[in-house]
Amino acid sequence: MSGYLAGLLAVLAINIIVAYSVFVPAAAGLLNLGAAGFVLVGAYGAGAMTTLFGVPLWLALVLGSFLAGTVAFLISFPILRTRGIYMVLATFAFAEVVAGVLLNIPALGGAAGLSVMAYAGLPLVVPVALCVIGFVAWLMSTRFGLSVRAIHDDENVAHLFGVNLRSTQVAAMTIGGAIGGIGGALLVHQFNFIDVQSTGVLFSIYVLLYVLMGGTQTVWGPLFGAVFFTLAPEGLRKLSELDPALKFLESSRYMTFGIAVVLLMMWRPQGVITRTMIERLAGSRKPVAADAGSAA
Amino acid sequence: MSSVLELAGVSKSFGGLKVIDDVSFAVKRGSRTALIGPNGAGKSTLFNLISGVYPLDAGRIVALGTDITDMAVSRRIGHGIARSFQNIRLMPHLSTLENLMLGEHHRASPWALARGARATANARAVLAQADLDTYPGQVVADLPYGIQKRIEVARAIMARPSILLLDEPAAGLNSSETAELRRMLERLSESGITLLVVEHDMPFVRTLCDHVVVLNFGRKIFEGTPEEVHRDPGVLEAYLGPAAEIPAGVAHAA
Repeated sequence: MSGYLAGLLAVLAINIIVAYSVFVPAAAGLLNLGAAGFVLVGAYGAGAMTTLFGVPLWLALVLGSFLAGTVAFLISFPILRTRGIYMVLATFAFAEVVAGVLLNIPALGGAAGLSVMAYAGLPLVVPVALCVIGFVAWLMSTRFGLSVRAIHDDENVAHLFGVNLRSTQVAAMTIGGAIGGIGGALLVHQFNFIDVQSTGVLFSIYVLLYVLMGGTQTVWGPLFGAVFFTLAPEGLRKLSELDPALKFLESSRYMTFGIAVVLLMMWRPQGVITRTMIERLAGSRKPVAADAGSAA
Repeated sequence: MSSVLELAGVSKSFGGLKVIDDVSFAVKRGSRTALIGPNGAGKSTLFNLISGVYPLDAGRIVALGTDITDMAVSRRIGHGIARSFQNIRLMPHLSTLENLMLGEHHRASPWALARGARATANARAVLAQADLDTYPGQVVADLPYGIQKRIEVARAIMARPSILLLDEPAAGLNSSETAELRRMLERLSESGITLLVVEHDMPFVRTLCDHVVVLNFGRKIFEGTPEEVHRDPGVLEAYLGPAAEIPAGVAHAA
């Protein structure tokens, strides 16, 4: 496998992991624009473990995830006091605080970033990504997943039916943070380097786009979003190399990407992958009989 | 018959507007009680107070022998109080089965699977009893209004309540759906569930309920049997109108 393809696959796998870190709280109606914060906590935590303390990589992954999950647990309490756009801003502010703190720790490289020796590689990154997909798919098929989706649809009714809103939302934030930590731990050990500038607000926006454009109704939405938005710009670049007439695609690929996002928002504001679409594809959708019930 | 639900001096204001004013009544075990009154009388607010959506300003509510006035909203379902809503409030992106399974959430382990034959057995049984098993896996937002209305009642049944609060269950249903709903509620009543029903459809109330509480401007103005309510001058003037009066000696059609 070429170095380019291996690098692309690694980026794709890490993007998928981070997309699921945003999906779990998003499935409960909690929008997180601070994905970079959890990724940075996991990356610097795991990077420090392997570099400063000589911890084995697999253990550093676990500890990085635990650290990010713990941070997510602690910040979920003040963040869950906010609603809507204020929650988005609170999570964004959290990521900025994390970046500010890391920039001021010389032992972790400060503004120069953190270099690590241990290398993850595809044999670790891809299976971990598959495990994350499997874990989230299992999680969403449990009663916990059902309560998460119920909160997304109508938290007041979910509460009336016995769903503990606070503990379910805290759990969703914590699990999402821990998954983001895994993504960060893999990111730093895949590229042997991380700094706060390259994992900033734009990173968080992209990840949130993967989830919202892919769709939050099913576990397949973030997978589609991460695959599409990771591979589409690369596809456009490859296409521009085929013919000189298509050269403009390379320079305009980000513009094309932006147009695609706007069109997707207009065409499918609920995301590309929906429950109804899955039902249709699976052939499990029954036509509703004309006399099945009165109109509203 | 002992009471399963007692309201004593219940009051609620929103700002300067007193929407429930010193309301007291008791609902007897196994009874089918209707709560009627003109729009704005405070019927749905009273349901919201019983289910804990709003805190009381004054008074107390006792359900199944326990004072639930300050009980947490999420604990009331486990205490045996389930409800439906005036405007359908199903989870639109969940399937019929998943909406029903939410009804038994309070007694299920959060890490138990919510898919598969074993996990969905109870929900499928209730769907079959309610004659709603045609679209178990379909997202409810795509189903017709009448079916959604009945799914909402079925979701409340899933909670295995002792007291079922139904807020205008027959609203928007055609005559055959209303008849089907009445049969479903009669079966529930026969199984021992106490029904408290807010409803404007008076023929439905007359044929289903054995006791009626009438509210007007947040105050209880009358309570009695459906026949007594139809003969009370105060109720006729405030809500039913003179045309609804039943002459003395005429029993209601069961």
